[in-house]
Amino acid sequence: MNKVVANAEEAIKDIQSGATLMLGGFGLCGIPENCINALVKKGVDSLTCISNNAGVDDFGIGLLLQQKQVKKMVASYVGENAEFERQLLSGELEVELIPQGTLATRCMAAGYGMPAVYLLAGVGTEVAEGKETRNFNGKDYLLEYAFDSDFAIVKAWKGDTQGNLVFKETARNFNPMMAMAGKITIAEVEELVPAGELDPNQVHTPGIYVHRIFQGTNYEKRIEQRTTRKRS
Amino acid sequence: MALNKEQIAHRIARELQDGFYVNLGIGIPTLVANYIPQGVKVVLQSENGLLGMGPFPFEGEENPDLINAGKQTITTVPGSVFFDSAMSFGMIRAGKVDLTVLGAMEVADNGDIANWKIPGKMVKGMGGAMDLVAAAKNIIVAMQHTNPKGESKLLPKCSLPLTGVKCVRKIVSDLGVFDITPDGFRCIEYAPGVTIDEIKAKTAGRLTIADDVKEMVFNA
Repeated sequence: MNKVVANAEEAIKDIQSGATLMLGGFGLCGIPENCINALVKKGVDSLTCISNNAGVDDFGIGLLLQQKQVKKMVASYVGENAEFERQLLSGELEVELIPQGTLATRCMAAGYGMPAVYLLAGVGTEVAEGKETRNFNGKDYLLEYAFDSDFAIVKAWKGDTQGNLVFKETARNFNPMMAMAGKITIAEVEELVPAGELDPNQVHTPGIYVHRIFQGTNYEKRIEQRTTRKRS
Repeated sequence: MALNKEQIAHRIARELQDGFYVNLGIGIPTLVANYIPQGVKVVLQSENGLLGMGPFPFEGEENPDLINAGKQTITTVPGSVFFDSAMSFGMIRAGKVDLTVLGAMEVADNGDIANWKIPGKMVKGMGGAMDLVAAAKNIIVAMQHTNPKGESKLLPKCSLPLTGVKCVRKIVSDLGVFDITPDGFRCIEYAPGVTIDEIKAKTAGRLTIADDVKEMVFNA
């Protein structure tokens, strides 16, 4: 069993146009920068991207949007991206906006082998349109289906050659449950270590969910909203 | 005079109780953290995956891996914990978060809230707002009473796409504090210098005035 690949290009080499991808991250925090850049370089298009956000104009998934590589975006919040809004309002881009917790839980359901779950978010709103509902204990819930994604692409802090992953701070976000949800899961990590070096008590994502892993390079880790306080 | 944003946040902070787990939304709600009353300890939840959010970092100490739900750089306090987004919304859904404070474009007198979409104009998405309003035990809305044209945002029925139905419990606007009751909005406090007549004129939804309505007092 060898999960280690040389770099992002090799990790994504069988991703074809028209594929459905999950991409980890919240805002620009914990996004798979190396793989996104490799997808831009490869030039695949008509992608369906499932990700909480769509990056900003010149970083993250925004780079794929710039090259018109995305056919459909499934996200919860897309506010920081002017090109996204332009493509959406002009009808070039298909968009499905879903509540953030529903997005996370539909990933989780896939990773846990559950075909669907009942969720409260969106009841009585346009999110509920066309969805099956069921009443439990006097409350209506929406039937929400597990995602079906060809690839999941995630970013972790550390990983080992078995594919075990450890995330850092709030860069964890959607990465663990997306890692569990891909038919093929690709993990890029800041530091790749030999099996045995990670404390098994501290692993967040077991390697069984990860098919390919590599150590990324040149992480920019751009900050979207730099907020600070003065030293008193 | 109508309250400014800081005063709205200040007034909302008085609703915090010792031991509360609290989720603060983007904008005015974020400012509530600056007015936590003395002797009250709360734990701030950020729905991207953190309990125990601290203040903004000192200049030069920003960490790109450590942000809040508004994508702002932040810090943690002792006893903080990170988790993934599924668990984060799991604890919200399971009712573990005691109080949610968020902004709104419109609130109806039955507690419906709209804050995520203006058809044809603004398409940003709902983020975690729909999950939060569907599940939180107690929801307080921080908002301006009227839009820039002077039209009421406290309505008989929301005109914008809904974020959640019958979920808001209390509103703190620039004009006063309002409970949502079976009879609609009930004014329980008014901003210093604001008259009940002004509140009546600027509230389109059903409105009652509490018998013991009083003027808000700011000491600090």
